[in-house]
Amino acid sequence: MLKKTFLKLTVAFAVLMISTIGLAEEEKVVNVFNWSDYIAKDTLELFEKETGIKPVYDVFDSNEVLETKLLAGGSGFDVVFPSNSFLGKQLKAGVFKKLDKSKFKNYGNLDEAYLKLLAYMDKDNEHSIPYMWGTTGIGYNVDKVKKALGENVPVDSWDILFKPENISKLTKCGVAFLDAPTEVLPAVLNYLKLDPNSTKASDYTDKAYKVLEKVRPYITYFHSSKYINDLANGDICIALGWSGDVIQAQSRATEAKNGVNVAYVIPKEGAALWFDMMAIPKDAKHPDNAHKFLDFFMKPEIIAGISNHVAYANANKASYPLIDKAIMDNKGIYPSEETKKNLFMFKLLPLKITRTVNRTWTKIKTGK
Amino acid sequence: MIGKLKKYLPEGRTLVIAIPLVWMLLFFLIPFAIVLKISFSEMMTAIPPFSTLWKYADEMLNVKLNMGNYLFLLTDDLYISAYINSVKMATLSTVFCLLIGYPMAYSIANASPTVRNILLLGIVLPSWTSFLIRIYAWIGILKNNGLFNNFLMGLGVIDQPLIILNTNIAVYIGIVYAYLPFMILPLYTNLVKHDHTLLEAAYDLGARPWKSFLAITIPLSFPGIVAGSMLIFIPVVGEFVIPELLGGSETLMIGRVLWQEFFNNRDWPVASAVAIIMLLLLAIPVAVFHHYQSKEAL
Repeated sequence: MLKKTFLKLTVAFAVLMISTIGLAEEEKVVNVFNWSDYIAKDTLELFEKETGIKPVYDVFDSNEVLETKLLAGGSGFDVVFPSNSFLGKQLKAGVFKKLDKSKFKNYGNLDEAYLKLLAYMDKDNEHSIPYMWGTTGIGYNVDKVKKALGENVPVDSWDILFKPENISKLTKCGVAFLDAPTEVLPAVLNYLKLDPNSTKASDYTDKAYKVLEKVRPYITYFHSSKYINDLANGDICIALGWSGDVIQAQSRATEAKNGVNVAYVIPKEGAALWFDMMAIPKDAKHPDNAHKFLDFFMKPEIIAGISNHVAYANANKASYPLIDKAIMDNKGIYPSEETKKNLFMFKLLPLKITRTVNRTWTKIKTGK
Repeated sequence: MIGKLKKYLPEGRTLVIAIPLVWMLLFFLIPFAIVLKISFSEMMTAIPPFSTLWKYADEMLNVKLNMGNYLFLLTDDLYISAYINSVKMATLSTVFCLLIGYPMAYSIANASPTVRNILLLGIVLPSWTSFLIRIYAWIGILKNNGLFNNFLMGLGVIDQPLIILNTNIAVYIGIVYAYLPFMILPLYTNLVKHDHTLLEAAYDLGARPWKSFLAITIPLSFPGIVAGSMLIFIPVVGEFVIPELLGGSETLMIGRVLWQEFFNNRDWPVASAVAIIMLLLLAIPVAVFHHYQSKEAL
C-alpha cells in the first residue's frame, strides 16, 4: 500500500517535472474538475492508456465552488462539469471556450433530442456537451415509511414531505433535505403550481417560505451528500435528493445485505430535470487535450460504463444498448415519457432573485 | 567612503523593525486594500465578478464608489445577528479556554523543568496533525453512534444517544479544543517568569494561598491573559471551518454568512463589505484596549 502511494507520488512528481520543462507541443496533461463520485473506477486509466495524456483529476461538491473558481479567473482547469443552470450564468460572464466540433469523432453519438433541449442555455450547444442528467425527487426507505405512515399514504407525491401531518410522522426515523436552495425552492413552487423559475420575490419569501416553515421542525438535517450513506444504512428514512445518489444508496444497501430497501420516486406533481455538462474554460492551458478528453467521454462504451457505475442517465444515444438493463429499466433513472412531461428545467434567474432565493433559504434554516 | 554611505544605509535597529513592517504591508495592508476596493464596487456578471472603481478616459479620472453594499448590510438584520452571535460565541469560547487553560498553564509553570518540557510537548504535539483532521475526529467522537455516546450508553448512564453533533455545543467543544494551546502558551510564558519571593512575602505577611493567588499571581499574569484571549477571540469571531463541520444549520456565524455571500450569492462586493465591517468591529476594541494598556505601562 505504502509502496503504491510512493510510486504514485513519484509519478506525480515526474509529471510535474515534465510539465515545468515545457515542451513545444501541448504537454501531455489535462486538468479535470468534476463532481465527487461521478466517474467509473477505470475511466481515467483507460483515457490515459488510449491517448497518453495524463489526467490530473480534482473534485468539487457544489456548483458554487466551481463557479467561484471559474469567475476568479486562472482556475488552471481544462475541463469542468457545471450543471446546465450554472453554465448559463457562466456563459454570460464569458467563462467558456467555443468548442471546436471538428475535433470530435464521437459527437454524433449524442442524443439530438437532449441537445435541442439544452440549446436554450447554450445556443447551438456551442460551448458544452451533456454529461449526465437526473432529477431531484424523493428517496425513501420503503419499509420504514410504510410503517410510519400506513399503507394508504402515497409516496409518489410531494405531499409526503411538504405536508406537516405526513412529515411529522417521519421525523423520528430521520428526514434529510438537500442543502441547495436552487433545488428545494423550485420544487416547492412547482408543488404549489407556481412557476418553478419564478422571478417574483414574494413567491419565494412568502408562498414557498410558508410551506417550508411549517415542515422545518421535522427536517433532521440539510446536506447535499450525507444522505446517500444514511439512506443506505437506514439512519434516515426519507430524503429530498438527487436521483442517482438515491440509487447509489439503494445499491449500497443491496450490496451490504442489511435489509434496507431504498427506492427513488419522481413525484407526480413534477420535479426538476437537470443536466451536468462538460465545458472548457477560455483560459485552459491544454485545449487540445481537453477536446480529446471530451471526445473520449462521448465514446459509447466509456459513457455507458460510467452510467453503470454512478447510476445516472447519460445523453449518449449510441451508449444505450451498452447500459445495464437494471439501470435502463429503472424508471427513476430513465423516466417514462409520461413522467417526463411533468419535469421542468431551470432557467437563468436575475441576480436579485438568486439573492432572494438564498436569503429565504437562510431564513428557513436558521430562523433568522 | 563607507562612512559616507553609512549615512544613507538604514541602521540595524531600523532593519529589525522593517521586517515586521514589510510583513504587515504584504500580508495585511495590501490584501486589506484589495478587499476594501472590492467592497466599494458593483456586482457584475464577468471575470472577476465586480466592476472597476476608476476609469481614465479623455483626461478625466472617473472614480465611482458604491456605498450600496454597506447600506445593504443595514437593511437586513441577518448580518447584525450574525455579528452578535459570532462575538457571543467567541467571548464564551475565550472564557472557557481561560478557565481550562489557566490551571493547566499554572501547573506547567510550577512543575520541575524536565516535567515542564514533557507537558509543553503534550500541549504542542497534537497540532502536528492537521487541524482539519482533528476537527473531523470530533465528528467521530460526538456523533449519535460515536465514541462518546457509545461509552456513556455502555456504562448505562444514558439509554438514548445525546445529540451533540450539529449543535452549538459541538461548535464550542471544537473551538475550545482547537484554540486551547493559544491560551496556555502565552499564559505559561508569563507565569513561568513570576518571582516566587513575592508569594513568600505575602505568606509572611499572613495572606492565605488563595488570597495571595488573587492579589499577586492573577494581576501579574494579566498581560498573559490578555494575549491569550486576543489570540483566541479574534480568529474565533471569523471562524468558518469548525461551525461548518460541527455546527448545525442554526449555528449562525459571520464566517458562514461570508461564505454564502461569496459562493451562493456570488456577491463579492457585499462579501467584502461584511469582511471589512468585521475587521472594524474587531480592530476598534483592540485599539482602545491597546491605548489604555500603553498608558498604564507609562
